[in-house]
Order: sequence, then structure tokens, then C-alpha cells
Amino acid sequence: MNWSSLLASHGLLLSGLVKTIYLSVLAIIASTVLGAFVGFLRAARVPGLSLILRLYVEFFRGSPLLVQLLFIYFGAAYIGLSGITTFIGALVGLTLYEGAIASEIFRAGVEAVPRAQREAAKVLGLGRWTTSVHVVLPQALKVILPGLIGQEISLVKDTSLAAVIGFPELVNQSQAVISNINQPMLVLLAAGVLYFIICYPMSIGARILEKRRAS
Amino acid sequence: MIVQATDIHKSFAGTPVLKGVTVGVELGEVVVLIGASGSGKSTLLRIIANLETADRGTLEVCGTNIVDGRTSTPFNGRVGMVFQQFNLFPHLTALRNVTLALTRVKKLRKAEAEEVAMAALSKVGLGERGKAYPRELSGGQQQRVAIARALAMEPEVILFDEATSALDPELVGEVTGVMRDLADQGMTMVIVTHEMGFARRASDRVLFMNDGKILEEGPPDQIFQRPQEERTRQFLHQVLDA
Repeated sequence: MNWSSLLASHGLLLSGLVKTIYLSVLAIIASTVLGAFVGFLRAARVPGLSLILRLYVEFFRGSPLLVQLLFIYFGAAYIGLSGITTFIGALVGLTLYEGAIASEIFRAGVEAVPRAQREAAKVLGLGRWTTSVHVVLPQALKVILPGLIGQEISLVKDTSLAAVIGFPELVNQSQAVISNINQPMLVLLAAGVLYFIICYPMSIGARILEKRRAS
Repeated sequence: MIVQATDIHKSFAGTPVLKGVTVGVELGEVVVLIGASGSGKSTLLRIIANLETADRGTLEVCGTNIVDGRTSTPFNGRVGMVFQQFNLFPHLTALRNVTLALTRVKKLRKAEAEEVAMAALSKVGLGERGKAYPRELSGGQQQRVAIARALAMEPEVILFDEATSALDPELVGEVTGVMRDLADQGMTMVIVTHEMGFARRASDRVLFMNDGKILEEGPPDQIFQRPQEERTRQFLHQVLDA
């Protein structure tokens, strides 16, 4: 293995890493907001909205992210929608896909809080909003957070699929380095280690939250 | 009348649970509902608390009509309820369990709310445990916090739904003790219970429910010593000899 040639290409890998982190952070924020919104609305069983939201969740959860990314990026070009860069295509695709999965985590968390808690709140005269914010949500979050972090670890790794639409994230840049220095195993190993360095602290965080929930 | 329920009917998934129940509760009265499981006691209580909606019948609680689950003026804690499983908020301390509705519903300032809450907790003998979380308390203590939570709202009536059924036998006394104190202080109470000794000593009136109806009612001495209905005799025989 030729480490010096890898070091010579570290600029490309580093820029890929930065873009992976950038895409991950924005997609985590956007998909969490979307997932919370959809999940809470579904748990509230808003009439009329339920079917639409369910269709969204089933569709995006039930088809591969790779297909969705290709569809969004090339579909936008096909219908002549300008401004859909590889970055925006990747961000929109990841947000819709991960948001659908996150919404199920949020919904399950809210539904895990016993109905009796809402009844106790109602008898005390607490309104819908106060009950949700002060009674249901704090209990639901204990269930939601470990699962959500697990999902976000997946999201970080899923950003690698953005390589296929040409977004220069870590895998995409790794491919460039491979074609430069012809050391595929070394480069892929380096990329894998970089993903691990991002994801491992998240999985430790998830474990701590899980333990706290158990106690 | 604090509670006036007239000809209440209720079915769950086509199965009738209440088949025309009429009951009135006067100010300061302690009414105990007894009867076999499935006789409709808890459902009646939950309808009075507006946690279930009656299919038919009229309901007036604390001067407010409940129609189709809607109250013309919100109860805001004027109808207190104590549940079998306590239903404390597990993420809040005992004190915060009591203050939550005081600050959010009664709009008391934090310091005022804490004062009222401490007084309520002291009343149930838990003035020292305000900082404890529900999981750190025994079942009996949790239920007493739940009673304090209801009391702090200055309810006109408190409904007890098998408040001691989930407790270990040695913890029942501390909860029925608090309930007796409340009864002695003139609190209006409607109590669903299987504690016949408590029903007999603490109540003004006992209603025996059977198959979705009130089969027999009267002062405790009459119901327990001279029940008129064969079904009441059978029931008492079963529970008292068990």
C-alpha cells in the first residue's frame, strides 16, 4: 500500500468529507423537522390529512432512496426545473426519504404514551396544547430519541448514494482519488474509516440515551 | 345537586354497558358504587368525568350540562378524578405533578402554585416528598400524590375509580385513610371500590350496580345488612366471604 499517494490526495477526500458532513447536518435537520411534523399530525389523526400523510410515508419508505435520488435529480431536469443542483437534489431526496422514516419514529413515540396520561391531564383541565407539550412530549421523547439517532446514523451513510447523481461527497471524491492513484482498497478503507469516525460517536450517544430511558 | 345523571345509556362496540342509569349526588355526600366487574361502575364514573360520552341521557355536573362530550363551561379541575393506576406524570416530581394544572389552568404564579401544592401534599401526609419522582414512591404514596393533585384544584367533587385496586394490601389503608379524612371534611365524593369495609364505614349511600343498571341503593347499613334484592345478597356473599 502506498500511503504517501493517499496523503497527496487528502485534499479531495477532505473536501468530500466536509460535503458529506454538510449534507448530513442539513438533511438531519430538515428530515427531523419534516418527520416530527408528519409524525405528530399522524398521531393526532387529523381527519382528511391522515390518508395523504400515510401515502407519503408508505411511498417514500417503500421505495429505494437510490431510485428517489435519480428520479428527483433527473426528473427535475426532464421537466425543465432549473436550479436543482446535485446538492439540492441530494438534500431534497434525503429529506423526503428519511423524513418518512423519522415520522414513523415520532408517531410511535407519541402513541407509546398511555392514553391514561391524556385522561389525567384532561380531568385537570389542561388543554390540548399544554397536554401535548408538558405531558405527552417529554415522555414520548424518551422513546423517540434513541431510535431517531439510530436513524440519523443511517442517514449519514445514506448520503453516500448522492455520489450517483454526481454530488462530490466522500464516496464521489473517493472514486476520483481512486482513478488518480489507482489504490482502490486503500482509498475505500480511508473513506470507510471517515464514515465510522462520524457515526460511532452518534451510536454511543444513542446507547447513553437508551440506558437513561431504561433507568 | 353536584351530579345529576339521568337515564344514561352507553354501549361499547354494540355491547350495552349502561342501560339507563339515574343517579344524583348532593353537596357533601359520599356515594359508593359497588357491583361485579363489568357492571358499569367505572363507565358511569368516566361519563361523569367527561372521559366518555353517553349515548343517551342527560348529565349535569357542577352546574354544567355535558352534551355530546362538550361542557358549556370547562370543568378546569372542578371535577377531580383519582384513577386505579394513579396516572401521575412520570417525568415530573410529586410537586410538579400538583403544580402543573395550578400554573397552566388556574394561572397561579409559580410561588403561589407551590404553596397550594405543598398544602395539598401535606394534607395527604406527603409534605416531605415533593421533590420525589413517582417511580421513587410506593404505590400508596403515588396514589396520595394523585389525590393531592386533584385536591389542589379545589374540586367540587372527586371521583375515585378503584383507587386502591392496584395497591399491595398493606398499602390500601393509607389511601382509604386519606379518603376518610376527606369525607369527614365534607368533600363530595363518588367512589367505585371493592373495599367493602371502607364502603360501609365511610359512605352516606351505597349503590349496587348490576348489568348496567342500579339495582338497589340505600344507606350502607341497609345495603350490607338488609339487602332487598337477591342479586345484591349474592354479590355481597361472594365478596365478603372471599
